[in-house]
Amino acid sequence: MSVPSETFKSLVKAAAEQVIASAPELTSLDQAIGDGDHGTNMKRGCEAVLGKLDAISAQPLDEAFKMIGKTLVMTVGGASGPLYGSFFLAAGEALSHDKHLPEDLADVFGSAVNAVSARGRSHVGEKTMLDVLVPVLETLKTAAGQPDLIARVRTTATEAVERTAPMQATKGRASFLGARSVGHVDPGARSSCVLVQAVCAGLEARA
Amino acid sequence: MSDTVGIVIVSHSSDIAKGTADMVRQMVGSEVKVAFCGGNPDGGLGTSVPLIIDAINAAWSPKGVAVLVDLGGAETNSEMAVEMLEPARRDLVVVCNAPIVEGAVMAATEAAGGSSLAQVKAVAEELSAD
Repeated sequence: MSVPSETFKSLVKAAAEQVIASAPELTSLDQAIGDGDHGTNMKRGCEAVLGKLDAISAQPLDEAFKMIGKTLVMTVGGASGPLYGSFFLAAGEALSHDKHLPEDLADVFGSAVNAVSARGRSHVGEKTMLDVLVPVLETLKTAAGQPDLIARVRTTATEAVERTAPMQATKGRASFLGARSVGHVDPGARSSCVLVQAVCAGLEARA
Repeated sequence: MSDTVGIVIVSHSSDIAKGTADMVRQMVGSEVKVAFCGGNPDGGLGTSVPLIIDAINAAWSPKGVAVLVDLGGAETNSEMAVEMLEPARRDLVVVCNAPIVEGAVMAATEAAGGSSLAQVKAVAEELSAD
């Protein structure tokens, strides 16, 4: 099996456009507990990806993922650049080493999540994007092959992002606020949820 | 001057990066190569991997380069920039865990005496020791 390049292109486009549409919300969340640039940074990165989308989707899948990662690294301008960049670079690297989509989705996603954890020297429970990505990975593993996989991933992501609200941040700018970070959804967790939901919606539309 | 460690200053603010570099030059003049960058790719507050790569290459010395950063994103983007350098240069660049202004001035002063990259990093990081 493989992923047709038209499918890949439409999913990347949908995900990037959804993040761009969510930029005001991401900025507002980041203004509450951070430096308020997450929305504009992610928008800049996603616009750069959209600008190169034809070239990206003309590549083999592994190289396409790496190009997305490199584009985010070079354009986002905040810590989310290297974090999301490492996610896509590692996914591309896994695909260069005998992993295939869609059958190895959980493995590829796992490599990508590990790269985010290593780049941020962070783990689940610290009020970061990992608090969405790690639960999504668990669902990809436990529900692999199930007919309702996409619906379960969507539910997992939505519930996971809400669970960041009561957490106290121990990584990133939000950690400077200490206990005052409690009560706010984490902007990075929210942007991860937006990406996951956009890809799920794109897959549902094609099913 | 190619036999002293180079210094790179990476701040979210181009004003702070430039001001820090001015303070470093006041101490070491042109004995040490100093490069700086600040601001995201649109010029707002933030940091930019391509600009950091350019700064490291501008301050390049065969003895290596010490990078001083301010907050989290500057550190993460600097680590990413180091990994994207050509392989022969990657192992000769360190990101110091030190306050940006004091760290840059101390690191450059140490570098001016001909110290190794490890010594320059250690002197800057003494400022962060408890």
